[in-house]
Amino acid sequence: MPATIHELTAAYGRGDTTPSRVTEEFLARIAKLDDKIGAYLTVTADQARAAARASDERYRQGRPLGPLDGAPITLKDVFCTKGVRTTCGSKILESFVPPYDATVTERLAKAGCVMLGKSNMDEFAMGSSTEHSALKVTRNPWDLARVPGGSSGGPAAAVAAGLAAGGLGTDTGGSIRQPAAFCGVVGLKPTYGRVSRYGLVAFASSLDHPGPFGADVTDTALLLGAIAGHDPMDATSIDAPVPDYAGALERDVRGLRLGVPNEYFIDGMDPEVEAAVRAAIDVLKGLGATLERVSLPATPHALATYYVIAPAEASSNLARYDGVKYGLRVPGHDLIEMESRTRAAGFGAEVRRRIMLGTYVLSAGYYDAYYGQAQKVRSLVRRDFDAAFGRVDLIVAPTTPNVPFKHGEKADPIAMYLNDVFTIPADMAGVPAVSVPCGFTRGGLPIGLQLIGRALDEATVLRAARAYERATDWHTRRPNVG
Amino acid sequence: MSTYDVVIGLEVHAQLTTRTKMFCGCPATFGAPPNTQTCPVCQGMPGTLPVINRRAVEYGVRTALAFNCRVNGACRFARKHYYYPDMPKNFQISQYEEPLAEEGSLEIDLADGRSHRVGIQRLHLEEDVGKLVHEGTLETAQSSLVDFNRAGVPLMETVSKPELRSPEEAAAYLRAFRAVLVYLGVCDGNMEEGSLRCDANISLKPAGASTLGTKVEIKNMNSFRNVQRALEFEVTRQAEALDRGQRIVQETRLWDADRGYTRSMRSKEFAHDYRYFPEPDLVPLKLEPRWIDEIRGALPELPRQRRQRFAASYGLPAYDAALLTQSRALAEYFEAAVREFPQPKLVSNWVMSELLRELPGDDERAIEQATVTPSRLAGLLRLIDDGTISGKIAKSVFETMVRSGEDASTIVRRDGLTQVADAGALAAMVASAIAANPRAVDDYRKGKTAAGKAIVGQVMKASGGRANPAMVSKLVEEELEKLTKR
Repeated sequence: MPATIHELTAAYGRGDTTPSRVTEEFLARIAKLDDKIGAYLTVTADQARAAARASDERYRQGRPLGPLDGAPITLKDVFCTKGVRTTCGSKILESFVPPYDATVTERLAKAGCVMLGKSNMDEFAMGSSTEHSALKVTRNPWDLARVPGGSSGGPAAAVAAGLAAGGLGTDTGGSIRQPAAFCGVVGLKPTYGRVSRYGLVAFASSLDHPGPFGADVTDTALLLGAIAGHDPMDATSIDAPVPDYAGALERDVRGLRLGVPNEYFIDGMDPEVEAAVRAAIDVLKGLGATLERVSLPATPHALATYYVIAPAEASSNLARYDGVKYGLRVPGHDLIEMESRTRAAGFGAEVRRRIMLGTYVLSAGYYDAYYGQAQKVRSLVRRDFDAAFGRVDLIVAPTTPNVPFKHGEKADPIAMYLNDVFTIPADMAGVPAVSVPCGFTRGGLPIGLQLIGRALDEATVLRAARAYERATDWHTRRPNVG
Repeated sequence: MSTYDVVIGLEVHAQLTTRTKMFCGCPATFGAPPNTQTCPVCQGMPGTLPVINRRAVEYGVRTALAFNCRVNGACRFARKHYYYPDMPKNFQISQYEEPLAEEGSLEIDLADGRSHRVGIQRLHLEEDVGKLVHEGTLETAQSSLVDFNRAGVPLMETVSKPELRSPEEAAAYLRAFRAVLVYLGVCDGNMEEGSLRCDANISLKPAGASTLGTKVEIKNMNSFRNVQRALEFEVTRQAEALDRGQRIVQETRLWDADRGYTRSMRSKEFAHDYRYFPEPDLVPLKLEPRWIDEIRGALPELPRQRRQRFAASYGLPAYDAALLTQSRALAEYFEAAVREFPQPKLVSNWVMSELLRELPGDDERAIEQATVTPSRLAGLLRLIDDGTISGKIAKSVFETMVRSGEDASTIVRRDGLTQVADAGALAAMVASAIAANPRAVDDYRKGKTAAGKAIVGQVMKASGGRANPAMVSKLVEEELEKLTKR
C-alpha cells in the first residue's frame, strides 16, 4: 500500500485481494490522511463500496471487465457525476448535483473503476496551485507548506499521497501536467478531441483536455485507453480508432528522434529543474534515442495569447451561472440584481478577473485586436509544432520552469500565470503531452519531464515515457504522509 | 406632408418543423406541458455540448436553394451573448460571419399586376429561446416561471435586403415568403403560434435621394395584418417627424397591436454588444456539393411556378390561380379534385366560393383535414354535371357535407334531393303555377317577358328547388307562348 492499478488488478485476478478490500483500505486512508492533504471535496464511500462489490463478483466469476476493473480512482470535481454533487471548486456550484454523467465518468464506470470521490481544483480550473478553490485548501504531499499545483491539484495530490490509485483531471493551460510534476506522478494531456469533453464543465472549450493521472506510465496508459475514443455527444471529438496504449509500452526508443527546444530552457528557470531535465534527456539518449535541437519560435507569445483566448471562452461559458436554473441564487429586488448578486457572491476573484478580461477582448471594437489576433498567433504555435514534428518524433522539455511553491507565495496573478509557460503551447496546438517524474530537488521536491508528441500519437509519447521510467526509479518514490 | 421614399427590410425567423431540436435530441413539437421536452443540453447544464441537427441543415439548404441563394460550402456557428432568463446558456448559438447561405431573391406580385424581385441578403440557422411566464404583467409580476420546451428548437433567420418600398410590399413579401416555406415543408407558417416571426427595419428618405435615412427596427408584429399596420403607422410617424424637421432616432420600437402604435423599446446607445465569436464546441460545418445537389433535385414546385402552371395548363384566370396556390395544401386539394372531375374552372369556382367560405385557404392543416375531401367535392360536382341535382341544391348539400362528413350522393338520396327532370311531372307543375297566376299570363301577353321568370321562380319554389331550372324555363316559355297565341 499504495500500489499501482496494474499491480492491484493483477492481484485481484490471482485472488490475492479483492476490490472491496482495497477500496476499504483507500477509504480508511482518506479518512485518516485527507484532513492533512485536502484532496477530496466529496467522498462517495457508499457508491464506491457498491461498485467494489460488483467488481468482486466479476472476479469471482472469472470475468473482470478488463485491466481497470476494481481500480479505485478519483475524478477532478469538474466532471459531472450523476447524483453526486459537482462543484468545480466554486461556491456557485457548491450544491449542484448533475442529473447526468460525463462521458468519461460513464466510460470509467463501464471499465469497472471504483470512484472514491471528487477531488479539489482551482475554481473552474482557473489557476496553477489549487489555491483558487473556493471550497478547500489542498497541500502538496511532498511538503505540506507547498501547493500541489493546479488546477487539477486534488487528483494529483490524491494519487501522490495514495488516496486514490489513479485519477482524471483536465488540462487547459497545463492543469494536468503541472500538478503531476509538482506531485511526482504521471499526468497525460491527450490530443484535443481524443477524449470526449461531454459532461466536463467547460472553462475554455477549445483548450479543455480531459486526461489521466497515474502512479506510473502503465496506469496512465490504461486509463487513457478506457476514456479515449469518439463520442457522438461531443462534435469536436475525433472519430479515429483507439490503439492499445498499454500494449505498445514496452517497445524501446532506439532510433526515436527527440527534439530539444531552445525556448523551453530560459533565464530565470530553477537551475535544479534544468539540471534534472537535461539529465533525463541524456538518459533517453543513452537508451538509443537521437537528439536534435528544434525551435518553437512562437513559444514566448503563447502565454499572452492564451490569456486572451481562454478568458474569452470562459466569459462565454460561465455566462450560464446566473442563479436562475441551478446552483447558488442570491435574491434581489429584480432579475438583474439577483443575477449580479449571485455572480458576485458565487465567483472568486480569479474567476471574476478572467470573466472581465474575456468580456473585454470580445467587445465590439476590440475583437479584432485581441481575439482575432490571438487566433492568428495560435495558428503560429500550431505551425511551430508541425514544423518540428517534420524532423523529430517527440519534443522533450521541462514541464514547469520551477518547483512547487509555498501557499500564498504567488499572490500576483502574473507570477502565477508564468508557471504555465511550458505547458500552454501544447494546449494551444492540441498535441498530446505527458509529464513524468524525473528527479527531486535537494529539498526533496519533485521535478517533471515533459514529452510532447504528434497529434493522435499518444502511443509514442507513452512509450518514451515508459522507457525512461524503466531506466529510472523516480516513480517508485512516495511521499511520507503517514 | 413631403414625399418620401420608404425603405423596408424584413428579418423573418421561422421555426423549422424538424422532429428534434437544433442541438439535442429533444422533440421540437409545440404545446407540451412546461419543461417536459428538455434535457441537460437544451437546459444549458454545465458540461453539456451541442451537436448539429442534420435535418435542420437540410431544411435550411432547401430553403436557401428555393430562394436561389448561394449555399456556402463551409459555414460556422457563433455565440451571441446577452443575459435573459429564457436563454439557458445566456448565449444563443447562431451564425454570424459565415452564414449557411447568402445572396438570393424572392419575387413578389404587386397589386397592379407587376412583380418585384426582392433581394435576400442571408439565411442562417440558430436555436430558439425558452418562454417566460409572468404572474400578471411583466411590470407587476412578483415572480416569473420559465419553460424551456422551446429552447433549442431550430430557427432559420432570413434577412431581406432593404428593397421593399411600402408596407403593402412588405406584407406581400411576407405572404410569398411564408408560402414558399410551407410549400417546402420546412415550417408550418403559423404566425399566431410564433412559428413565423417578423421584425422590420424601416427608414424614410426624401423622394429620389440616394442616401438612406436613419433606420428604426420594429418588433412584435405577429400577423400579416399587423406587419402592414405597424409599418403604415411608422411611415406616418417618421414622415411627420421629418416634416417637422426632427431627426429620426436609431432605435428598436415595439408594435402595440391593441393600441395601434409603436413605442420605443431601446435606443442605439443601449443596444446589446453581442460579443459574437465562433462557437468553439462545434467544428465548421462543411456541406458536400453532392448533398446540396440532391436537395436541389428534390425541391418541390414552388408557389409562383405552380401559379403559372395553374393558369397555363388549367386555363384558369390569374385571380383563381393566385388564390388556389396560396398554400400547398389548397393547391393540392384543387389538383386532386380536378383529377376526379376534370372541369378546372368549375372546380375552381366551388373551391373559391364554397370551400374557402368554410376554411382559411392558408391554413395547411385545416385544408388537409377538410371533411369535404377533394374526392367528395368531385362527387358533388358529378351530381350537378349529370343533372341529378341542381347547382342551387348542391350548395346546400355542400353545407351538409361540411357538417356531417358524408358523401354528396348519400345526402341527396337520404334527403330526396334528386332533381326533377321528368317532362310530364314538370309540365304539370308549370301548368298549375300558370293557373295560379293569371296576371302573369296577362303581363306576358302585354310583352313583359319578365313575367315568365316569375313563373319559373314559382315552379322552383314549389319543387323545393329540385326542378331542373333549364327544363322549367323552357316549359314555361312554351306554355306562355301557347297561351298568348290562343
